[in-house]
Formats: sequence, C-alpha cells, structure tokens
Amino acid sequence: MTVGLFIPCYVDQFYPQVAKATLSLLEKLGVNVVFPMNQTCCGQPMANSGFEHLTHGCNSLFIKNFKDFDYIVCPSGSCTLHVKDHLHDEEHEEIAKAIRGKVYELTEFLTDVLKVEKLDAKFPYKVGMHQSCHGQRGLKLSQMTELVAPPFSKPEKLLRMVEGVEIIQLSRKDECCGFGGTFCVAEEAVSVKMGKDRVEDHVSNGAQVITGADMSCLMHMEGILRRQKSPVKVMHIAEILNGDIESLN
Amino acid sequence: MSANNKSMNDLNSSLRGGGSRERILTAVKKNQPELMTLPVVKNFPQGFSSPVEKFSEVLKGIGGSVYEVANYTEVLHILTANFPGANRIMSTVQELSSINKGDTGYEDPHSLEDVDLAVISSPLAVAENGAVWTMDSLVPQRVLPFICQHLAVIVNKENLVSSMHEAYDKIGNADYGFGVFIAGPSKTADIEQSLVLGAHGPKSMTVFLIG
Amino acid sequence: MKKDHAALADKFNQDEPRVDWHDETLWWIRQKRDKAAFGIPEWEELRETASRIKFNVLSNLSQYLEQFEKAALDNGVQVHWAADGEEHNRIVHSILQKHGVDRLVKSKSMLTEECHLNEYLQEHGVEVIDTDLGERIVQLAKEPPSHIVLPCIHWKKEEIGELFHQHLGTPKGNADPQYLTNAARLHLREKFLTRKLAITGVNFAVAETGEMVVCTNEGNADMGAHLADVHIACMGIEKIIPQRKHLGVFLRLLARSATGQPITTYSSHFKKPRKGQEMHIVLVDNGRSRQLGRPEFRNSLKCIRCGACFNTCPVYRRSGGHSYHNAVAGPIGAILAPNLDMKKNADLPFASTLCGSCSNVCPVKIDIHDQLYKWRQVLVKDGYVSSAKAASMKAMAATLSNPALFKIAGKLGRWTIKHAPFVVNNGLNPWFKNREMPEPPKESFREWYQKNRSGTPQPSAGREPQYKEPSKSKIPH
Ligand code: SF4
Repeated sequence: MTVGLFIPCYVDQFYPQVAKATLSLLEKLGVNVVFPMNQTCCGQPMANSGFEHLTHGCNSLFIKNFKDFDYIVCPSGSCTLHVKDHLHDEEHEEIAKAIRGKVYELTEFLTDVLKVEKLDAKFPYKVGMHQSCHGQRGLKLSQMTELVAPPFSKPEKLLRMVEGVEIIQLSRKDECCGFGGTFCVAEEAVSVKMGKDRVEDHVSNGAQVITGADMSCLMHMEGILRRQKSPVKVMHIAEILNGDIESLN
Repeated sequence: MSANNKSMNDLNSSLRGGGSRERILTAVKKNQPELMTLPVVKNFPQGFSSPVEKFSEVLKGIGGSVYEVANYTEVLHILTANFPGANRIMSTVQELSSINKGDTGYEDPHSLEDVDLAVISSPLAVAENGAVWTMDSLVPQRVLPFICQHLAVIVNKENLVSSMHEAYDKIGNADYGFGVFIAGPSKTADIEQSLVLGAHGPKSMTVFLIG
Repeated sequence: MKKDHAALADKFNQDEPRVDWHDETLWWIRQKRDKAAFGIPEWEELRETASRIKFNVLSNLSQYLEQFEKAALDNGVQVHWAADGEEHNRIVHSILQKHGVDRLVKSKSMLTEECHLNEYLQEHGVEVIDTDLGERIVQLAKEPPSHIVLPCIHWKKEEIGELFHQHLGTPKGNADPQYLTNAARLHLREKFLTRKLAITGVNFAVAETGEMVVCTNEGNADMGAHLADVHIACMGIEKIIPQRKHLGVFLRLLARSATGQPITTYSSHFKKPRKGQEMHIVLVDNGRSRQLGRPEFRNSLKCIRCGACFNTCPVYRRSGGHSYHNAVAGPIGAILAPNLDMKKNADLPFASTLCGSCSNVCPVKIDIHDQLYKWRQVLVKDGYVSSAKAASMKAMAATLSNPALFKIAGKLGRWTIKHAPFVVNNGLNPWFKNREMPEPPKESFREWYQKNRSGTPQPSAGREPQYKEPSKSKIPH
C-alpha cells in the first residue's frame, strides 16, 4: 500500500513537526508513504471565500500529484473535507471521483483503514480534545452533540491508546473555535471571542495540552493562548500518537 | 347577497385585481421541482408504560397541576378548596354546574373578562406533552379558556393518548371552527428567560383525570 | 455606507461581559433543546419525516395553495394574495379602512416584520400594538426583534424595568420579571378588550382543511383573535402542509427545537370565523417563488421558524441579532436575506465559520451551512465582493496552481505568511490584534523532506492522469 501524504500549505510552512510526526507515525505502522513535492494547496481558502470557480488550477494539480496512490492521507480534517466535497475536474472527473473516495483524514485512516488497536506512545498529561467542525460534522470523525445518536470519537479512541493520557471533559464538547478560514480576520471580533471561549473551556477544565486533528483551529487557539501568556500548550494529535513528545518541558 | 357581502367581494376582486394570485401561482408552478412523494407518517409508539403517569409528570413540569379523581364530587371538592376567592366561576361541564358563580352571560366574549375560574371538558389529552384538546363546540366562547384567570379541565382517562400522532388520528377530520391544544398555564420567559406563569391567559391550569 | 455584519458584531463585542451573558443565555436554550430532543428516541426519524413532508410541499406547492384557498373559502374565510411586502401591507390596510379601524393588536409574525407592516401602518395613522411580551418590549424601545422566537433576548431585566417605568409607569428600579410581566399583562389586556381587529401570524396552514395553526406560549394570538371582530392572519406561501395529521410531526418538533418545551402552551387551529366575525388570510410571496426556482437554495423554504439554528450558532450568540440587519437573523436569515436583496445582504453568508451545527439542529434538516457556502459562490460571481478581494484571490489561485511559483514564493519569505490570514506582525493586522502569530520554523517540511528523503520516488506529475484502481495489497509489516 502506498499512501500519498497531503500536507496543508500552512502546516508545511509553520508546523513541519506535525507533518514529520504524521509521516513517522504512518511509517511505523508499516505504510509506504510518499510526499509529492509538487503539491501546493487544496484550494479551500479560495473556495470558502466564494471563489470556488478559481480553484480549477489547484484541483488539476492536486489530481496530478495524488492520482496514483492507494490512499491519500492528510493531518487536517478541514482540507480532507474540502477535497472530498469539492475536488472536481471536468476533463478527469472519474479520477477526481476516485480521489474523493480515497482521501482520508489521518485519524480516520488509522481507525478505519489501518484498524489500529494499539500504539507505542506515552503522554502523561491532561489533554483537551478539540473537535474541529469540518472533521467532526463534515467527516464524522466523532458523534455530534446535536444529533440523537450514540456517541463515538475516532480521535479520542486513538488518544486512549496512548499511555498516560487523561482526556478532560469540556462543558461544550464540540463548539466551533471560530477560526473559519478568512472568517478569522474578516470577522475578527467574533472569531477572537469564540477562540477565547473555547480556550477557556479547556483551561478551566484542567487541560495541560489542547490537541486536535486540525492544525488551523489549533493555530488560532495557540495564538490566543500565547497572547494570554498561558502555559497551556497546543499540539497536533499526530505528535501525541507518534509518541515523539513524552515531556512538555 | 347583503350589501356588506357585496362590497367585500368588490374589495376582494379589486385586491386580487392586480393578478397577484395568478402571478404567484404561475411562478410557483414554474419554479417548483419535480414532485417528491409524501412520506408515510409512522405512528412512533411511545416508550413509556403509563400514559397517566407520563401525562402528569410532563404537565407538572410545564407548570400545570394534575389530580387523578374517581368522580365529579371529588373535583368539586378540590376546586372549591383551591379557589376560595373566585367571584365568577363558569363551568361548561354539566356535572359541575353547581360550582357556577356570578354572571352566567357569555354572549359577548368581552364580558368574560372577569371570569376567575373556567371549567371545561376535553375529549382528548396527550401524554407525551401534557396537552389537552378542546374545540369551539365545547366552550360558549372561543376566548373562555384564554381569558379566564384560572383554568380547570376535566379529562376522562380513557381519552388519554400517548403521542400527537395518535391525537390527530383521533381528531380525524372533525369539522370544528376552532380547536386548540392547551398545555399548561399561559407563560412567558421573555424577560431574561425567567419563567413567569400568567402572561395573558390563565395563571394556572388544573387537569382532572377522571375514571 | 451601512455597517455590515462584521462591523456591527465588533460593536456588540465592545462589552465582553454582555456578550458572555448573551452567549450563555442562548446556550442554555440550546441545552434545553438537546434535553427535549434526547427524550424522543425517534427524533432523527421525525426530522427526516418532517423534512420529506416539506420537500413534498415545495414540489407541489401550487396545487396545495389552490387546495388550501378553496378549503379556506369554503370555511368562510377570505383569502388574499400578495406578490410582495408592499402589496401585503396595502391589503391589510384596505381591510382596516373598510372597517374604519385605526388601532389594532398584533401577535408575533415574522412575516409582518419582513414586510415592515408596522412602519407602513404607522405612516398611515394606524396604531399597532404588538402583544407578545418580547415584541412589545422591543416595540416600546423602537427596535426590531433580535431573534425570531425570543425577540428581546438581548435585553437585560434592569433595562426592561427602566423601559416599563418610562412607558407603563412601573416603579423606578423594579426589575422583577414576575412584576414586570404582570404590568404588561394589565397593560395589554386593556388593548385586547378594546381593539376591534387582530393580526396574527401563521405557523402551519393545512391544505386539506383550510385551517391554520398558530403556536404561542402567552396566549396573545388567541386573546387578540377571539375578542376582535376581524382577524387577519398573514402567512408566507411556504407555510402550507398537506394534511392535518402532519401537524403531529411538526408540533412534536417545533417547541422542542425552539425552547425545549414538549409543545407550546397553545396550538390553536383556526378554521372558520366565529359567528359574526370576519376572518382573512393574506398569502404572501415576497421572493419565495423566486427562491423556489433556485435549486441550490429552495430548501431554505422548509424553515418552520423554530430558532434552533440561532441558539446553536456560535457566531449569532456572540454577535447578537441586530448584527444581521435583516428581519430574520441568524443562520437561516443569512441564507434567506440574499434572496431578498443580494447587494444589501452580501455580507451575511460570510458571517459564519461553516461549522455546521445549524444544519444538525434544524428540525426540517435544511442544509444551512452548505447553502451559506453556495451563497458565497453566487455573491462572488455576481460581483458583490470587493474587487481588491477578487484580485488577491486571483493571485492566490495563480500561485497555488503552479508548483514552481509556489516553491519560489515559499522561499521568498514564506508565501503563506503573506497569504495566510495573518499578514504582518503589526497592529494593522486583524489576526495580530488579539492573537500571536505562529513562529516560523527554521525550515519547512518540504525543505526537510527534500534534504532527508530525496531518495523517495515521486509521482510522475507531468504525465496525463490515468485512472488507477486502488491496489488491494495488504499492509506490509
Ligand atoms: S432553519 Fe431550521 S433550525 Fe433554523 S429556524 Fe428554520 S427550522 Fe428552525
């Protein structure tokens, strides 16, 4: 099995450690991983701003880069969802469709495809799990509190395999953090307020680390935490699952 | 045709004269999608074992009171004890006519303004939401259950159904002029979400489950 | 220029404790909704049923409207048709004139808000008293409602106490909800008893029987309608449902979704006028038939105005109803408003993070957040977004579709820094106002990968793509 590693542009440039952790985790689980060097972006920033019609170039590039893999795995629910929902190519619609079917967010790839049951990692900290909306409500990585349906959570299932992790309870389990792509600057006031409230929920419930499957939400919350000079850290779930950080200091 | 009717018709046709009816219907017809079938509405059997218990629990939860009674004498007893200060009491229930007090006139709905306690009967009550059904044929004026200060409703236990689906099954195609489900006293929470009973209508609702 | 959602939200956020209070009040209602919904094991199936009934309605609306009209006429009700808000207002006014009425009571109707009936009638010398307590409060304050179910959710009780002191003569400083509600009860009872004409909204209109159902907790619609000589019910044409028994489905969902109550206190079925009374129905289009013709947006007409999407919306809770500058605020308002006026409401579909919570609570399963996304595409294509933004998006698209450009851009001072939302680290940058920027690492992942994994074979990106079945190979160990 060969997996194409799809790394969102901002992760590539700001959070290389997340991409490395993803790569290493997949390799440890015996997967052959390739990072296509010519990848850029899924086109979501434009599409969510109303410019989906400008994403053709991005789309065909994405198709060229990823068409040959058995699976495409991405450590971001939001970018994965965008590809799943919006990757089209008039000339190669069949291939686009196939890609839409084989692109996976990292945690769902681990639970649903690799069917991971145990992990060799240790992280003895209180962790707050941020459910990013696109991963949760879009990809259904975990049950949504609005629905009258049995609970489950793919990322939490994985976190529980890590020795020492204590997942804290939030008072609002799956409220949006307010990042929202360009929303975070276009609607600065509400975006920040949402972020502060989300962070506060984690902090007041004792989180030492806030984690999640989407670095964009985490980047937003990290920005707020750092402005507040809070000791609480932000970490992508891949870093914890890969076990490369055993101590916060 | 009376003069009034005629002028009303003129008014109607002049109002419709702009052809809005046809224009709207044409636009709707043109724009509506292909016919999608109407789903079958299931009966959704309710999980609770005792409709009486459920009804009481729910109605109490929304500010009502419930009494299980064996007969009308008990009802009389309770109402007399609970509403000692009522000056005008109007009962539409034959068996409870002895409780009537004060003015019995009801020709003008406005004249019901000072009714302290209205007692009505309901042919249908719903366990899942604590609602009772009544119709214009069962009250002297439609406004009575709304304008009174306190409302009492007599329901035969046999007429308790579990869900709204069953309730509409029972209502069927009854030809009322006005019908209403009432669930609890009139209420509002418009001021900072603090619940206040007695917004415009009754400040209390008492249901007697009889039989 | 009028302030847009972001500017109005910014203003609302100047008072953070108040935002917290607003947010928590509405979240509490969302929790009540959850509790009520979780009490119904068949909840999701019920939503699906409601949704499908509404789809049927939309697909057969012209016939249902005619069926409804006929049944209503047979019931002795007079039926009027209004193409837009203006015509609706004229029709209502002409009925008033015919009866020589210049004062009336009105219960909650978002449709009349949408048509600006109050303003119209006031200009024509008619006094309108809104009788829903919350609506009366905002009316006294000369404001529009900020929520379709909870019109004065943005008002604190002390402020209402002061308002009532000024208008109803309650003692200064009394802010007890019980006391204030009773003062309003006395004030409004006098209106109910003296006004000869009552206007109500409509929650559901049954095609089969010609009856219309009005749901209130206060009983104000009934107090008005049953005491008045003339009852006018105003409704949008989408309020039709096929059969009486469908009320069972909708009444189970409506109040539970709205406030967490098992049903509203009153669910009144008006079928025929009472003896000596005149009953009118005004059927209003006002853009609905146009929305019906937009395949991507017609689902919005399934809305039953429960307000659940407001209460769950993390943006609405922190920006307040008035930031939407439209009669219907919140997520549903944001997808209805562009249909009414694209230019004026072009900002609203962007006032969302597309989190999707609204679609999940919606009792008729409107795909609200998907429609927000789709409205953005339409608004951009039709030119309702600033040309500066369009230019920067074009530049972004050019870079992102060209790996060579992207790599160069990445090297030259990290392209993403310029295009990601946080531009430069200074006070002018909206990101940086309240958030630190991520610290740029020594090298990007791409650079690291090139250095350390240059041996990994790359996909042949230049070649025309060919479809390849995913291999069934086992995971190697
Ligand atoms: S869109 Fe759905 S949730 Fe929002 S008000 Fe309408 S019915 Fe309720």
